[in-house]
Amino acid sequence: MTSRERILEQIRQNKPAALEKPESIRFDGGYQDTESKFIETLTAIYTEVIIVKSHAELAQKAEELYASVVNRASTLPSLAGWSDFSLNIADPHELELIEIAIVEAEFGVAENGAVWISDKYLPHRALPFITQNLAFVIPRKALVNNMHDAYARLSDTTGWGCFIAGPSKTADIEQSLVIGAHGARSMVIFLMDEDLDI
Amino acid sequence: MSKAIIEHAEASETFNKDEPYVNWHDETLWFVRQKRDKSSKQLPEWEPLRSAASNIKNYVLSNMDELLISFEQKAKENGIHVHWAADAAEHNEIVLGLLKKHNIDKMVKSKSMLTEECHMNEFLIKNGIEVIDTDLGERIVQLRQEPPSHIVLPAIHLKKKDIGDLFHEHLGTEAGATDPQYLTEAARQHLRDKFLTRRAALTGVNFAIAETGGFVVCTNEGNADMGAHLADIHIACMGFEKIIPKQEDLGVFLRLLARSATGQPVTTYSSHFKKPRDGQEMHIVIVDNGRSTQLGRADFRNSLKCIRCGACMNTCPVYRRSGGHSYHNAVAGPIGSILAPNLDMTKNADLPFVSTLCGSCSNVCPVKIDIHDQLYKWRQVLVKGGHVPQAKEIGVKAMSLVLSQPRFYQWSGRLGRSVMRTIPFVVNNGLNPWFKQREMPEAPKESFRDWYVRNRKN
Ligand code: SF4
Repeated sequence: MTSRERILEQIRQNKPAALEKPESIRFDGGYQDTESKFIETLTAIYTEVIIVKSHAELAQKAEELYASVVNRASTLPSLAGWSDFSLNIADPHELELIEIAIVEAEFGVAENGAVWISDKYLPHRALPFITQNLAFVIPRKALVNNMHDAYARLSDTTGWGCFIAGPSKTADIEQSLVIGAHGARSMVIFLMDEDLDI
Repeated sequence: MSKAIIEHAEASETFNKDEPYVNWHDETLWFVRQKRDKSSKQLPEWEPLRSAASNIKNYVLSNMDELLISFEQKAKENGIHVHWAADAAEHNEIVLGLLKKHNIDKMVKSKSMLTEECHMNEFLIKNGIEVIDTDLGERIVQLRQEPPSHIVLPAIHLKKKDIGDLFHEHLGTEAGATDPQYLTEAARQHLRDKFLTRRAALTGVNFAIAETGGFVVCTNEGNADMGAHLADIHIACMGFEKIIPKQEDLGVFLRLLARSATGQPVTTYSSHFKKPRDGQEMHIVIVDNGRSTQLGRADFRNSLKCIRCGACMNTCPVYRRSGGHSYHNAVAGPIGSILAPNLDMTKNADLPFVSTLCGSCSNVCPVKIDIHDQLYKWRQVLVKGGHVPQAKEIGVKAMSLVLSQPRFYQWSGRLGRSVMRTIPFVVNNGLNPWFKQREMPEAPKESFRDWYVRNRKN
């Protein structure tokens, strides 16, 4: 018998009597204003939220915010002029030089400030982790209340995706919070009125 | 046989010698517990959420085999290689075999309590593989050559001075530096170099989804993703109880996990792996190592519902004042004390006694495991099985007698209080290892019951 068979056999013998699958559960967020809750949550986790009307305003804000920074990358065509680092590379290790990446993402979750990003939006999975600083652009209307709503919305069938809530952090040294553990040292979220062209 | 029994008591005795340090440890963990309270109170649906999580996990226990088979099938369809390991040794061999096949002798690893349970690092190092733990807390304890003392906060037992000295020695930081920001930056740069040069990454698994064949890994630091997305081969190791039926169930579990662990509304990264990236190999190792036996123990199988949030440790008065290492098991604290005897009753016979049975653990557990009841039940099993030496056994027998007879309880409590008031050193004796380094509290003049009886008359 293989280990697989042995394990499954022992589970079959030892498991408790079968139960019905509990019904799906979905609690309401109950927030008066999803967007203000989203912004409030993100502020508490060290993330700045900037509202922009259009791609043009986004490009202008990006220019202001990261004026002196080199090695800027973006997945947005409207930021092609702003970028100076091409994501058209074969080996993700080369992304190591990136200082700031501005990336489009699908939606945000008000209760915890998480943003859903996936293969669908990224040429390299490593990008949002390896870049020194990170910014997401999401449509202003793409906000949900809580994680139940998030999974109800999630129809992503790509091979990998991630909820990212704020910059990378650790409190492993005497419980003192330090921002910038292994991933991004800072996080900005642009909420945009205009549609993203995905 | 009695050697193991002394172990926790002895270890906690050492831990308790430095009183300001123990107080600090106690308060630090209590602070984490308070953050959990604050965070959970912000959700009016907190209790129904716990019930939902508990119900899903009960369903998982009763359908474990089917869920695992469905998970395996979907994962394979998605291009993931699935391996099954009956025990720790087989798990370690599988990992070693994969590394050898690819001629890899250096690997980065993110947090995985399972690999601690399997003592994988020691095994791989013996076989010529360098393993670098990349979670900051885990890297710290690895450099100190000791195990994590907490499943979520691996270096919670250390002061920043200890870490400053350690980093000065190993990472070349300035002597005497203790600023957490500075020390974390040093570790970031040291580990970034490892991420960029290692071809294999091993991660744990928080949840594996039967419906999709995918799995979710949660971190705050981003180390699991940094490792996995840069490596040629990603190995994810999971105890089989990590399975959940559907992706939407994550809505319940991710809402509970970080809030219970640290009070955060969610971990920074909740990474959903389903398929390897182009050119990458992805492997999952599904491990039993005693879990199927535990599943057969009706009184203890609920321990397999655990999502490893650590809340039961942060709240436990004994854990807070004895430290994770005194539990001599990969998973410490209340949950560790009900998992450990399943692995080895003789070696871990002391652990179910390492509790006041106050029930705080069961109250905070996000999946509603009856932790303190199980601790109590293990005591019976271990005493009956002859795994407990005399001193403890007398205590347990006396306790079961006391608890089975309410009238006797009233009498003995009153007697106990008068003994403590007149001759406290009798209670504070060597037979009761818990009272070492500690004065017994002053006995209340009146028990709650006496007070109640007196006041009810008025
Ligand atoms: S037993 Fe419950 S409280 Fe303890 S770590 Fe597991 S899930 Fe968390």
